[in-house]
Amino acid sequence: MAKLTIADLKKIKENYHATQALREGGFRVKITVHMGTCGIAAGARSIMNAVMEELAKANAKDVAVTTSGCAGLCSQEPMATIELAGEPPVRYISLTDDKMRKIFADHVMGGKPVQEFALVVGHETTY
Amino acid sequence: MICAGTGCVANGSLKVKDALETELIKRNLQGEVKIVLTGCNGFCAKGPVMVVYPEDIFYQVVKPEDVPHLVEEHFIKGRPVQKFLYTPPADKKTIPVMNDIPFFKHQVLRALRNRSLIDAEKIEEYIARDGYLAAAKALTEMTPEQIVNEMKKSGLRGRGGAGFLTGLKWELCARVTGDVKYILCNGDEGDPGAFMDRSVMEADPHSVLEGMIIAAKAINAHYGYIYVRAEYPLAVQRLQLAIEQAKDNGLLGKNILGTGFDLDIEIYQGAGAFVCGEETALMASIEGKRGMPRAKPPFPAVKGLWQRPSVLNNVETFANVPPIILNGADWFSSLGTEKSKGTKVFALSGALNNIGLVEVPMGTPLKTIIFDIGGGIKNNRKFKAVQMGGPSGGCIPHTLIDTPVDFENINKTGAIMGSGGMVVMDEATCMPAMAKFFLEFTEDESCGKCVPCRIGNRTLLTILQRITSGEGREGDIELLLALSQQIKDTSLCGLGQTSPNPVLTTIKYFRDEYEAHIRDHTCPARVCTPLVKFVVNQDKCKKCGQCFRACPTGALKWEKGQVAYIDPEKCTKCKSCIKACRFWSID
Repeated sequence: MAKLTIADLKKIKENYHATQALREGGFRVKITVHMGTCGIAAGARSIMNAVMEELAKANAKDVAVTTSGCAGLCSQEPMATIELAGEPPVRYISLTDDKMRKIFADHVMGGKPVQEFALVVGHETTY
Repeated sequence: MICAGTGCVANGSLKVKDALETELIKRNLQGEVKIVLTGCNGFCAKGPVMVVYPEDIFYQVVKPEDVPHLVEEHFIKGRPVQKFLYTPPADKKTIPVMNDIPFFKHQVLRALRNRSLIDAEKIEEYIARDGYLAAAKALTEMTPEQIVNEMKKSGLRGRGGAGFLTGLKWELCARVTGDVKYILCNGDEGDPGAFMDRSVMEADPHSVLEGMIIAAKAINAHYGYIYVRAEYPLAVQRLQLAIEQAKDNGLLGKNILGTGFDLDIEIYQGAGAFVCGEETALMASIEGKRGMPRAKPPFPAVKGLWQRPSVLNNVETFANVPPIILNGADWFSSLGTEKSKGTKVFALSGALNNIGLVEVPMGTPLKTIIFDIGGGIKNNRKFKAVQMGGPSGGCIPHTLIDTPVDFENINKTGAIMGSGGMVVMDEATCMPAMAKFFLEFTEDESCGKCVPCRIGNRTLLTILQRITSGEGREGDIELLLALSQQIKDTSLCGLGQTSPNPVLTTIKYFRDEYEAHIRDHTCPARVCTPLVKFVVNQDKCKKCGQCFRACPTGALKWEKGQVAYIDPEKCTKCKSCIKACRFWSID
């Protein structure tokens, strides 16, 4: 990638929001599997594999899958966050492969959050 | 208004009316509350229904036996009774929002601002959240003096535990002339129970790099090292990738962002020594020598790595730097206390319900962190003490639970806030055994260079081992106190200067436990096995035999219909029987 200038930094930021942000980027839903060491130790890799398998089976082109580091509530790992375009993100905790598959079917494809596996909706306070 | 339509009458609404009349007379409210029987309300499925005016509260499925409670709560105390209220299914909020949950509500993320939102391996995601804009500002719009002044004004103090004013440290190094200077990041994080820095390095490595760029500009350094402990392979990997991506994008290396400023950063891995978290030992380690501290002065700001002026800051300190440059010193100091500005990341572990990583404004009371954010003690046990700052810290007892958490207030208790590790202990923890545990760690990690630490810690440990095995002697406590003070006063580096803290604070707040071990040869928390004898309480024993099935050594004797008995010769104090007993019958 080329050496950036400051103007480039701002452009990357705008471009990112324009293309990667859900609706604009053509994605209907984003799945984030939290994979800090705590998550991985608790089994996040297997959760991620389950997600990728379900994604392939459903052949869905409008689902974005990504990872992040530690999300803070280490005792409830593995965790994942599902964000439907236009709705606040929903965080799921204490996941197993089966729970993740159900969440994929009901929430990711069906649009309805699985209340009994969810902890919270919304964003954390950052300022 | 009580519905007296056919549906509700069939469901017993007239009986509700009678019950209400009786209760009102009992409470002498019959003059104030008027009962009116109405026609069908329409919501027959949830009858008997009742509407209370003037608040217009709609109650459903009211039964005669509920009436006294309803009168008490609503008519007398003015509180509508939640469980009879109607909740429309469409509005039912079963998933709470972030601010409804205490764990999230009390946190303010600054160092952890990108938590759960970015992929650490994609630099674009960091840039999209204002990444590297602070570095750009520092490199193009600010002089080194302006950067230093902003940092000083913000009041940011080192987050590694020592709490030295970051801006001042930068200023001291900036003043020294020299064409080769080093900017160093301490990612050694050796405290047992601390994982704040690991989390930042794994989840947001660019925030560390950006902080280092800004610091390098302030002190005029063009080379940097991040010292990461080898036990953090994911952190090493992510930092390495971040450095490569930054370099590819012209955000590290020569001519950063076209500004003419150069900075090269390398990773240096630690080799498993706690003492290498101490700045001079860390530098010796990078130089290829055995990690041993040296006397200060000269301070590293003047003569550091390879005798060159160097600044070493902690990971979390660096993570705080970019937002200060972007949002200003006043924004940073708007949170926190008078002498401790900003927020602090804590790693909660131990006997808590919510184990994890939290960031709170300085000054948040311990009580809030342990009970609201931490969710209280696991298994409904009682809070006994919290160890702060790892083996260098000290314990804070439950009596001081209202202490606001910041540098000064925690110091006043005799402990130190440290790097942010908080190990919470419940009543099943033995405090002398806890002190012994931490001494085992620091004695092992002592580099051996100075006598107070090398021999002093070994002696402290020996005394603690005697005490916890039933061989404590009268005078041991006084000896521990005197020795601890000497070690603190005369050790060469921070390891020895703080290793006696667990001993001093546990004696200060839990002296009676030490005395029980020494004088009565008992361990009140039932932890020190040589001092503990388990006996089945004959009156409480329900003869169920669960303990018998759990016992791995055959020490527990039981036959059907008999009380259980523990053979002290065979008992290994493993506590399997206690865990199996549901009636708390084993003392």
